[in-house]
Amino acid sequence: MTEFKLDSAPKVVEPTIYELSSPGRIGVDFPDPDVPHNNVPDSLLRAELPLPELSEVDVIRHFVKLSTFNYSVDSGYYPLGSCTMKYNPKINEDTARLSGFANIHPLQPIETTQGALLLMYQLQEWLKEISGFDAITLQPAAGAHGEFVGVLMMRSYQEERGETKRNKMLIPDSAHGTNPATSAMTGLKVIQIPSDERGNVDLDALRAEADDTLVGMMLTNPNTLGLFDENVEEICQIVHDAGGLMYGDGANMNAMLGITKMADLGFDVMHYNLHKTFSTPHGGGGPGSGPVCVTETLAPFLPAPVVDIVEEEADGIPPLYGLINPNKTIGRVKAFHGHFGMFVRAFTYIAMHGPDGLRDISEYAVLNANYILARLRDTYHVPYDRICMHEFVAEGRWKDAPDIHALDIAKRLMDYGFHPPTNYFPLIVHEALMIEPTETENKDTLDTFIDAMLSIAKEAHEEPDLLHNAPQSTPFGRLDEVKAAKDLILCCWLPENYDEQ
Amino acid sequence: MTYIPHSPKERDEMLKTIGVEKMSDLFEAIPEAHRYPDLDLPPALTEMEAAAELSELAQANETTKDLVSFLGAGVYNHYIPAAINHILLRGEFYTAYTPYQPEISQGTLQAIFEYQSLIANLTGMDVANASHYDGATAVAEAVNMAIAQFRGKRKKIVMSTGVHPHYRATTDTYTQFADVEFVSEEASRNTSEALIPLIDKNTALVLVQYPDFFGRICDYTKLGEATHEAGALFCVVANPTALGMLKTPGEMGADMVVGEGQPLGISMSYGGPYLGFFTTRNKFVRKMAGRLVGESVDARGQRAFVLTLTPREQHIKRERATSNICSNQGLLALAAGVYMSLLGQTGMKQVAELCYHKAHYAAEKIAEIPGFSLTFDSKFFHEFVVTCPKPVAEINAHLFEHGILGGYDLGQDYPEMADNLLVAVTEMNSKEEIDALVAVLSEVNHD
Repeated sequence: MTEFKLDSAPKVVEPTIYELSSPGRIGVDFPDPDVPHNNVPDSLLRAELPLPELSEVDVIRHFVKLSTFNYSVDSGYYPLGSCTMKYNPKINEDTARLSGFANIHPLQPIETTQGALLLMYQLQEWLKEISGFDAITLQPAAGAHGEFVGVLMMRSYQEERGETKRNKMLIPDSAHGTNPATSAMTGLKVIQIPSDERGNVDLDALRAEADDTLVGMMLTNPNTLGLFDENVEEICQIVHDAGGLMYGDGANMNAMLGITKMADLGFDVMHYNLHKTFSTPHGGGGPGSGPVCVTETLAPFLPAPVVDIVEEEADGIPPLYGLINPNKTIGRVKAFHGHFGMFVRAFTYIAMHGPDGLRDISEYAVLNANYILARLRDTYHVPYDRICMHEFVAEGRWKDAPDIHALDIAKRLMDYGFHPPTNYFPLIVHEALMIEPTETENKDTLDTFIDAMLSIAKEAHEEPDLLHNAPQSTPFGRLDEVKAAKDLILCCWLPENYDEQ
Repeated sequence: MTYIPHSPKERDEMLKTIGVEKMSDLFEAIPEAHRYPDLDLPPALTEMEAAAELSELAQANETTKDLVSFLGAGVYNHYIPAAINHILLRGEFYTAYTPYQPEISQGTLQAIFEYQSLIANLTGMDVANASHYDGATAVAEAVNMAIAQFRGKRKKIVMSTGVHPHYRATTDTYTQFADVEFVSEEASRNTSEALIPLIDKNTALVLVQYPDFFGRICDYTKLGEATHEAGALFCVVANPTALGMLKTPGEMGADMVVGEGQPLGISMSYGGPYLGFFTTRNKFVRKMAGRLVGESVDARGQRAFVLTLTPREQHIKRERATSNICSNQGLLALAAGVYMSLLGQTGMKQVAELCYHKAHYAAEKIAEIPGFSLTFDSKFFHEFVVTCPKPVAEINAHLFEHGILGGYDLGQDYPEMADNLLVAVTEMNSKEEIDALVAVLSEVNHD
């Protein structure tokens, strides 16, 4: 592993805005007040405002410089498993920034925002149609937030029908960490269900836990191994027979558009990730958007508000769209109506695909993943090896290269100009490398990536230090994470003598 | 039109390599009865058609550019410097994922580190996280943090009615299965004086807003002291614009300062995406939810940044994590960082003062109109409550006829405050606009 021994102070590649600051600089100026001054009592004022001072050109150059340190979908191939790093169409950024969308206040009278409400209503209808569910909320801010909404509804439903002793959520061992964290946040006990040798939920283990203390089960399908659970209908049946509800984690919906409807398989609740499946950009960590669909049974529990028609169309006057509160609502889960800017992008994307285009997305996403799998499986061990969906999980280790880890392969891929796959997840695969190509990559890109993976496998056996010392061609090398956690420098300030500069 | 780049020939070569004949062979694991359902969706539009359709939908809305707006209530119409959007539109920022691979994510990491620093400095606190979904969820996470701090042994949360109604509603939803009780004062009362008697040894958290939902400002120092005497935590929900001039919650002894970052260069966009900021003291940093970026060095001896204290988070701790939060509002945190960098100490103070002076001018003029009065005699920042001679809905309808987006009808959330209008004034409102508002309000009694 990399040694961290420093003889001198670390070299600063790009100063922080605090280090770039100089007293008296201004990046943007505002007009003088056109109204009389109103005296502010000194006791209400802050003593100092220690923010940096820069000109506009300083600020632009600083952030442009920082941007060059980032790898992004726009700069290259990003096969990060479970994240669906597909191309984000440029038109979506333009439509979301139209003044008619960007400059409306969420508390304006509904009569002044009919365009926005119609867009939300239409998006609700489309997302219901794609998943087969009866009702939906657009409010959740992200996938994890959607899970929280879904689990709260499941728990409220169970309580409402008097099943108060139900306190248990079943979660497969391959699940994302958000599933157990969400269940715990709503006060539920998490029971982990193992996977069988084909990567499906172990049905015997499931049956053993399917009792009258069950709130339900959270299942990602396709699961995080990239595999469609072959017993999904039976799983839903077992959970339903025990009085539980089925939560579908829609993280992997990019494989399912027009391929199957999750409600038809037996799910009761499901969240989408608009930032994965419907190409709203990931933004370096957010914003996401996690609409939640439900069956008719759970519709009354949806968070408030949802968009609906509040006055029907009549005499040639179009319907009036508005916001309503479902009658058994779990309540509000955030301020206002959700990440509207993301709705505009997803709406644009769905409108430009139509039913056939959406099916193409999933077919080509699955084609791309299986193509990489077919060409890598002889070199990288794939523990659950069958036709995969939009991603698959290989092991980043070889018995005859014992000191090579998935992390080394990931870092070496950066030297070949690629973003690495997700590593060390799912937890049930040793040294996991989770590869999700998405549909927007062409065969040439995939071939170049595959060649890099094959070349790295060779290096791992012949020149392992190339992997251990990787990356070399990136702007930064491996980070000292222990030092970060030990020093815990989470903030910087202007220097003490700043005003005397 | 799609964004799929394969030629038919390439597709066929790939199918052959995989060892199947056709696309549908890849989906045999899906139950046959439910495979390839019909999707009842409109046919695909070209980019040109989609642009036209979206443009039409956008034009069906009346914007704060078309109208004169005095609507605030948690979302504010501020000037957004042009440079921000140009940075946000860099694909290197907006098409990147969470910076889990620090070697190729230093842009995002350093930008978040700087955002954390700016927010901590603005609020007068030690440390900020990389952000929450919005102000409401940041408040809910503060309540969860306080409950966890006392391991459920203290069961009382003292939450002011002056906290945004959506934030209180969200917190209720978040905590509905937790064993805690919420107590509040009457909305018309002086918050500090009214809350102090409610604090006891069973109190985990005292939570107030600054300026409060009614725009009022007061020094919470004594409230903070009373909170700490009872051993409870003190959280202030703050408006970041106001902190350009006002005494910081940090100076008042807050243990947590949270709030809505929308005023920091983020468009109103009908309610989101926004930015929930969250700050605390060093001693509580391990209890805080959300991502954190810390400073370190790389293998080449360069200063560099990395996500740190990740063992608190869901992808490591799973059901024992501090929260299920996974994403942050990365791109909005970047926007806020660029905004604060551009404005700096001079600009932030300038905007705060413009808001303050204009709001006070408007309040003074409105109070002079017969039949109208200011509901509170407290100090306020850029928002204030007007008692009206008629229902607020009527007044807003009348204003709207004159192209004015009136204020917020407080009767919606506070039944005892029917006929009370919440008016927000920012640097965007000129004297002419304020005078027009006053003139139209003056007509109300003559109708």
